[in-house]
Amino acid sequence: MISETNIKNKILEFLREVPDPEIPVLNIVDLGIIRDIREHNNFVEVDITPTYSGCPAMKVIEDDIAAKLREKGINNFRIKNIISPAWTTDWISAEGRNKLREYGIAPPEEKSGDKNFLLGKTKNITCPHCKSINTILISQFGSTPCKALYKCKDCTEPFDYFKCH
Amino acid sequence: MEIKDLIFNYSLRLGDSSLVIGHRLSEWCGHGPILEEDIAMTNLALDLVGQARTILTYAGEVEENDRTEDSLAYYRDERGYRNLLLVEQPNGDFAMTMIRQFLFSSYQLLLYEKLQYSKDKTIAAFAEKSMKEVIYHVRHSSKWILRLGDGTAESHERAQNVLNQLWRFTDDLFDGDEVDAELTKLGIATDLSLLKPVWFEIVKKTFDEATLIIPQGEWMIRGSRKGIHTEHLGFMLAEMQSLPRAYPDAKW
Ligand SMILES: [Zn+2]
Repeated sequence: MISETNIKNKILEFLREVPDPEIPVLNIVDLGIIRDIREHNNFVEVDITPTYSGCPAMKVIEDDIAAKLREKGINNFRIKNIISPAWTTDWISAEGRNKLREYGIAPPEEKSGDKNFLLGKTKNITCPHCKSINTILISQFGSTPCKALYKCKDCTEPFDYFKCH
Repeated sequence: MEIKDLIFNYSLRLGDSSLVIGHRLSEWCGHGPILEEDIAMTNLALDLVGQARTILTYAGEVEENDRTEDSLAYYRDERGYRNLLLVEQPNGDFAMTMIRQFLFSSYQLLLYEKLQYSKDKTIAAFAEKSMKEVIYHVRHSSKWILRLGDGTAESHERAQNVLNQLWRFTDDLFDGDEVDAELTKLGIATDLSLLKPVWFEIVKKTFDEATLIIPQGEWMIRGSRKGIHTEHLGFMLAEMQSLPRAYPDAKW
């Protein structure tokens, strides 16, 4: 007899095999969008939360989760989209942050809810290539909703910053 | 009105304003003054259309008349739309788009800050989520106002002209009616008249810094909550709705 916790952990491991469609170096568990997994009488429920309201990757992520569960022999499931509490970059795991850095994307440095940046007070973002903090914001909006565009003044490379949310 | 009618109406207002300004911003796609700005405006559009999808879906559920986000967006006429007059104003030049955005986003942020504590759980969750996105919109548009207003003689003049043109639509933001009043009593909506002075302080501070002057004694135009619009919305909807109306079975 396998306990519910064991099944949940097993499913969580399966979901670690699902990459984020836009930042494939992260899996969806690292990203913090899996909010809960429940199992009852062989029926599995997975709660997910969108990173951004208009995130076009959400539908793909749902389909990928469904495909993964079926691949692992789980056919009785439901994926539920929940928006509260709202996703925050604080939920990106430490491992996820390291993976981002290695991939060339600077991980979020501010705490979510830090309103200082509304007033234009931003932290120095560390260049993921050369670790310099001599960097400059090019645009608050980058290639995907979650990223801002920065440039390093030391190694002169542009880079993406996973902005705080 | 029954409570479900009130919530339906209120959700339409929230959703329609986001949808309309989101669509307006998307009209800039491929036309931005610089590449980064093209991307920024479409990012804003993505957030706003995303917000509209969430809350229009909820409106459809509350109404219980089998309407979805799509049927609400594509099969309502101008008079059925409940968006604010400000957001339907055409893009104009870049200053027009940014000042429109700043006036709206700073309003939206204050509104959502209140609505995150709404007793309606879906509205509260929607506001909590959207607020995080809107903070970026306020920040982006306010920075442009500083650059344009306090920039060159020409950028200043154009920004001032735009502010003069758009200011007349700002009373409409706070023009609450019985829907707002009823829902505020129930702890679901918020008293817009209390937001107005806070909003004014915020925008005035930015305009002061940008050396732009808020016009006084303008004739104020209202009516969005009754579905009365300026001449621009109809044209925008005609374009936005043309495909699903011509091909109702079209699917992604
Ligand atoms: Zn560098």
